[in-house]
Amino acid sequence: TTSCMKELDQEPRFEVTPDKVYVDLNGYQQVLAKLYGGFAVTGQQGPAGQGDINGIDEGTSDYLRQYWSAQEVTTDEATIVWNDPGIRDWHNMNWDSSNPLIRGLYSRIYFEIAACNEFIREASDEKLSSRLSAADVTAARRFRAEARFLRAVSYMHALDLFGNGPFVTEANAVGFERPVYATRQQLFEYVEKELTALSTDADFAEPRAGGYGHVDKAAAWAMLSRLYLNAQVYTGTARYTDAATQAKKVIDAGYSLAKTASSNASQYGRLFLADNNTTPARNEIIWPVVFDVNNTQSYGGTTFLVNGATGSASNWQRRVGMTTGWGGVRATKNLFNLFQTPGGGITSDTTRDTRGRFWVKKADGSNRPLEIANLYEFEEGYGVVKFRNVNSADVAQGGSQNFSSVDFPMIRLAEVMLTYAEAVKRGGTGDLNLALTYVNQIRARAFNDQPGSAITAAQMTEQFLLDERGRELHWEGYRRTDLVRFNQFTTSTYVWPFKGGVAAGRGVESFRNIFPIPAADLSVNQNLKQNPGY
Amino acid sequence: AYAQGIGTVSGRVLDEKGEGMPGVTVLIEGTSLGGSTNSDGSFSIQNVPSGPHTLIMSFVGYTTQRQTISVTAGQNTAVSSLTLSENTTLLNEAVVVGYGVQRKQDITGAVTSVQAKDFVKGQVTNPEQLVQGKIAGVSITTGGGAPGSASTVRIRGNSSLNASNDPLYIIDGVPVDKDGISGASNPLTLINPNDIESVTVLKDASALAIYGNRASNGVILITTKKGLQGEKLTVNLSSQTSVSSRTKTYDVLNAQQLADIVRANGSTTQIGTLGSASTNWQDEIFRTAATYDNSVSLTGSAAKIPFRVSYGNLYQEGIVITNKLKRNSGSISLSPMLFDDHLRIDINAKGTQIDNRFIDGGQIGNAVLFDPTQPVRSAEARYAPYGGYFQFLQANGNPLGQAIGNPVAALENTNNVSDVKRLIGNVQFDYKIHGVEGLRANLNLATDIARGEGSATTNPFDFGNFNAQDRTDPNRSGRFTQYNQKKDMRLLEGYLAYGKQFGGTRFDIQAGHSYQDFVNKGDNFLAYRFDRTTLVNPDDRLIVPGYYSKLVLLSFFGRTTLNVKDRYLLTATVRNDNTSRFADGNRSGIFPALGLGWRLKGEEFLANSSTISELKLRAGWGRTGQQDVGGTYDYLPRYVLGNSAAQYNGVTTLRPSGYNEGLRWETTATWNAGLDYGFFDNRVSGSLDVYERTSEDLLSFVDVPAGANLTNQLNANIGSLRNRGIELNLNLAPVRSTDWNWDVNFNAAYNKTKITELGDQAPGFQGYLTGGIPGGTGSNIQINSVGSPNNTFFVRQQVYDSNGRPVEGVYVDRNGDGIISNLDNYKYKQAAPLAVLGFSSNLAYRKVNLSFLLRGNVGNYVYNSVSANLGNFSNAQGSTQYLINLPTSIYNTGFNTQQLFSDYYMENASFLRCENVTLGYNVGKIFTEKANLRLSAAVQNVFLVTKYDGLDPEISGGIDNNFYPRARTFTFGVNVGF
Repeated sequence: TTSCMKELDQEPRFEVTPDKVYVDLNGYQQVLAKLYGGFAVTGQQGPAGQGDINGIDEGTSDYLRQYWSAQEVTTDEATIVWNDPGIRDWHNMNWDSSNPLIRGLYSRIYFEIAACNEFIREASDEKLSSRLSAADVTAARRFRAEARFLRAVSYMHALDLFGNGPFVTEANAVGFERPVYATRQQLFEYVEKELTALSTDADFAEPRAGGYGHVDKAAAWAMLSRLYLNAQVYTGTARYTDAATQAKKVIDAGYSLAKTASSNASQYGRLFLADNNTTPARNEIIWPVVFDVNNTQSYGGTTFLVNGATGSASNWQRRVGMTTGWGGVRATKNLFNLFQTPGGGITSDTTRDTRGRFWVKKADGSNRPLEIANLYEFEEGYGVVKFRNVNSADVAQGGSQNFSSVDFPMIRLAEVMLTYAEAVKRGGTGDLNLALTYVNQIRARAFNDQPGSAITAAQMTEQFLLDERGRELHWEGYRRTDLVRFNQFTTSTYVWPFKGGVAAGRGVESFRNIFPIPAADLSVNQNLKQNPGY
Repeated sequence: AYAQGIGTVSGRVLDEKGEGMPGVTVLIEGTSLGGSTNSDGSFSIQNVPSGPHTLIMSFVGYTTQRQTISVTAGQNTAVSSLTLSENTTLLNEAVVVGYGVQRKQDITGAVTSVQAKDFVKGQVTNPEQLVQGKIAGVSITTGGGAPGSASTVRIRGNSSLNASNDPLYIIDGVPVDKDGISGASNPLTLINPNDIESVTVLKDASALAIYGNRASNGVILITTKKGLQGEKLTVNLSSQTSVSSRTKTYDVLNAQQLADIVRANGSTTQIGTLGSASTNWQDEIFRTAATYDNSVSLTGSAAKIPFRVSYGNLYQEGIVITNKLKRNSGSISLSPMLFDDHLRIDINAKGTQIDNRFIDGGQIGNAVLFDPTQPVRSAEARYAPYGGYFQFLQANGNPLGQAIGNPVAALENTNNVSDVKRLIGNVQFDYKIHGVEGLRANLNLATDIARGEGSATTNPFDFGNFNAQDRTDPNRSGRFTQYNQKKDMRLLEGYLAYGKQFGGTRFDIQAGHSYQDFVNKGDNFLAYRFDRTTLVNPDDRLIVPGYYSKLVLLSFFGRTTLNVKDRYLLTATVRNDNTSRFADGNRSGIFPALGLGWRLKGEEFLANSSTISELKLRAGWGRTGQQDVGGTYDYLPRYVLGNSAAQYNGVTTLRPSGYNEGLRWETTATWNAGLDYGFFDNRVSGSLDVYERTSEDLLSFVDVPAGANLTNQLNANIGSLRNRGIELNLNLAPVRSTDWNWDVNFNAAYNKTKITELGDQAPGFQGYLTGGIPGGTGSNIQINSVGSPNNTFFVRQQVYDSNGRPVEGVYVDRNGDGIISNLDNYKYKQAAPLAVLGFSSNLAYRKVNLSFLLRGNVGNYVYNSVSANLGNFSNAQGSTQYLINLPTSIYNTGFNTQQLFSDYYMENASFLRCENVTLGYNVGKIFTEKANLRLSAAVQNVFLVTKYDGLDPEISGGIDNNFYPRARTFTFGVNVGF
């Protein structure tokens, strides 16, 4: 009966076991594509199906969608009218450890980490040399370095959002074993170590040599500069000189600000069109998360940013290249006012500053109020027109599919330039004049090179730099981290409508500078500790 | 044989009233000698070899009688009058149990059998409905009124959390695939109820354990009708015609009421959007539907081979427009005996072909909320591209993005059809081994083959699939999708059985082996536009061409029974099951059971009691297994290819997916104690059972520590769950007389489920949310939590004002932290009924009989999702260029925004339903006594008593949303036998 018992060894036919995946470079490449795609799609059937994680609606579970929400909807830059469980807690700042969206984001981050671990485990030198030709080994080693980078990014998100958390590497087996607990300090050190190693790793691509959508050493430097800029928050020790040093390396690596307008977009606006995978945007964006209206579909990413921010008016939909609008996300008046209220006598308005593009009409053609009286009425407050699913010839992409082809800039040169400026301004070793030059280059581009954009050294205060980041990088997922760094996220120093759940805005407890570890994970991993206050 | 000489046997068969019974089959066992009784019930059998014989008398609906006789050569043996009794008590009836039959009186487990004559009457198109409300502890909830929709069958509650809770179905000895096939949601739809002779339910472990591997949720044994040896050819024709219509509509505002509200509160645009029509959208999508169910069967014995062949044809319309089902079914059974009757061969084949036209259930919901001020159709030119149906459009004539489409148009424009075929066949050899008295070998070879295919075609002018970007050819709008599925089950089972009698002790032992595999495969297809050549997604291509899985179950089993003096009974079984679903090392499960019985009636002190006609105590313990969870390969590390829309940066993705190498058997231990009783010549009879079932190593879908695996939730063996219950079955025959007969059955079951453990949990962890509801993505209304039943509702406690009106957004701050949040949700009531009741009555006066069936559930709650989701003003206001209707519950709440989690929407859904009333008239002999005619008229779903506000309180899972209403059906039936 042993042969009879052998019948119990059954194998799938269309799913593949690992021994059939890692047999050639193509297998490695397809798994690597999933590691990158982990930021863009939610499962193995676009736009939804065979989801990667559970316990949250799949479309909602997109990495970028939840990362973006945690970074933007919690701030003055955005608020959402929908009633999905947990969604209103973001802006009201009353989330708790059972919030399904926070848990979804956390699950996404650790899915990404676990998947990278799996790939790195299968790409050890020993395994590669036994499976691949010498030439393919070189390519696969570069894939492995990219996987390490992506894992470091996810850990950096974890340390920024949750502070502390579980820690697993390729040394841990796949199973149910509880990962150890790492403090924010430990996570910081790990991310620093990984990114530093990558920034000189011979396997890792030199700047701009990795191919479109692939990360390279410049991306590692950029992430290091971002890490160091926030080191004071993360560890209590400022690292502004390191931040400036790393930023400078990126700035000198051959990237350039996108400076060519198109018929339908300003120089700046063209960065966020469906063909931003081509020049000039391509010269500025260091790491894009790549979307395609037909081939990379999800209900998150830029599809969420375009559709979610668009209302039912057909001229609005037409402007952003869609035939629908989900009518959910818009800005508080504070974002608009960043362009209106001159800080220190600086001229800045939405007429000339091309970065401030708002939809100010209701569906029936009347004017929207700037002030939001009812937080859950989409037609109150201004809409934001930033990500648009049209190309620079103004052709909507993808017929009636209503997905987006806009690539999301995870890192772009302007951010690194502003990081340099702020790091130096905060006392890091560097060239303050150069910092001013960078800021004025960014502002000149924002004003389509019209006069009146430049600021003086005296005007370049730290607060100005925060505001400038708010203008330049709004809706790109930086705001919460920036406000925390300026101690304005939870305090009453700076309030916005409905901050803390009241119309006028109020300060909230400082423990909300980081999110809670989801109760669901605490319940199955007793190694973890809940963050203070939750 | 002639050397012994021959004689004749004669006699008369009487019914319980002492009247001669015509048409009774009388046979000499083991021969083809015999015939039917004549009009006064007498018979005479010629050419009977002399010697001892057994006379068998059988008649449908009556207990088969056996009488030993001794025939003397050249003489007539007159048998004294024999009485056949209706088989209500079933004392001696052979009950089909696992791998064989047992006398009912010998059974030590909780087993209930329902015979054809007691089946639910009327328009019954799915087999499980035959016994709905008839068996204590068996809860059967139809999925609604759509033809062929799946029922949820639960025996003694749920034994599992995330593994299957469906019972195992065994049809004529073949454990069939219980899962649906693409194109037919209910696998049992593929069996014609007219072919079924009896349904037996095994409920406790001592009865179930012989089916160890899939028996944790009970076993339903279905036996189809067979021919009898020597039987005359009989032809039975039956025809039923039914008319169905809905009983109730959702209460929504009418055109005038909506217009008033919009004019009073709406924006200028909204007021401008109001139409001038007055449409009741529910009236537009519902209809009165017809059903025709015809069948013919031939039963008899040809060339000594008993046979039965049947053909059935069903045409059933749904009460929602366009919805219908057509079924053609055929069955054949042959039971030849060979080698001196030592080898009995049973050949069964049942083939079915079904054509379905489905509807999108969401359109029922859309009809509830579509703007009643708009017309169904409009002659305006801008609606021409939409087939003349009214739709909400943008100024440029394109569909208005977020608006819902006209439900009538959506139904008429979509042709969602399937064609499903299923063949269940088996050949069973039962061989009494020559030379060894009492030794028997049995071999059963079976297959269950199903093929399903279907497609959904949406017309080019459909609103939801309008291709605004490409109007050069209208056929590049619309949509065409297809699917197929191929399922193959193979079964090989063999066992040896040996039985011996020592004085008053009978001993039986059997041992066997079973191999069963299930292959499930099919192709993947791309989505096209109406022209079937333009892809909906122009870059779409097939990366994964299909799907495939194969499950293998390999088992060894043994059973021994001991019967001492018909008083002391023992049944012991053990089964070893192995499944390919788990990793080597975890595959094997051992499932033992022991049942004891004490038949008190057999004791001297009761033997002569005229009051107590039957009394038996039963007790049993056993363990069963469950492995039916998740996918077929969940223990293996697997990489899943992404489709062409899930590529990244032009590269197809391969995802490492989560897996659990440690998956193993979930086991359920069951204690059962029962009493079978009969009083006053069994005029009062029935059974009482108490049980406790404890499931351990529960296959639960639980959180994995973040980072530890390649996903965040997986099936794992975590937790335990307990069911405790009591079941009563009571049969009464209050009236027995020449003209009047009245039989009553009452059954009641109480079951309480409690999750007792869910693995490691931090203090304060509430449990796992479940029960998704509409209104916001990812909303759940139920929880699986330690100390509560599964699917307990998890809601917020509504605060009411002094007038008893709910105060919007105000809830009790149950944890007292000053904030109303998820932490204030509390566990409230359960979806499953605590008690399930059934009451049936059959009253006969001469040739007329009147029967009815009442069913009830007590303690089940329903979340009224329709009101919760739609009953608020912002729902109507959120839209600007189109309007949404409101349920009238808005007048009670005045809610401005959705209050999805308010316990205001929790409703007591206990109910009493009159399932069926049937009037039958046995016309009797027609066509010069050559044929027998019976007529019947039935009403189903006669009335419903409930406090529930929605359409129907009987909602499996307890969440009322887009429910396809159960119809009220009037059926007229004709049955002719000759």
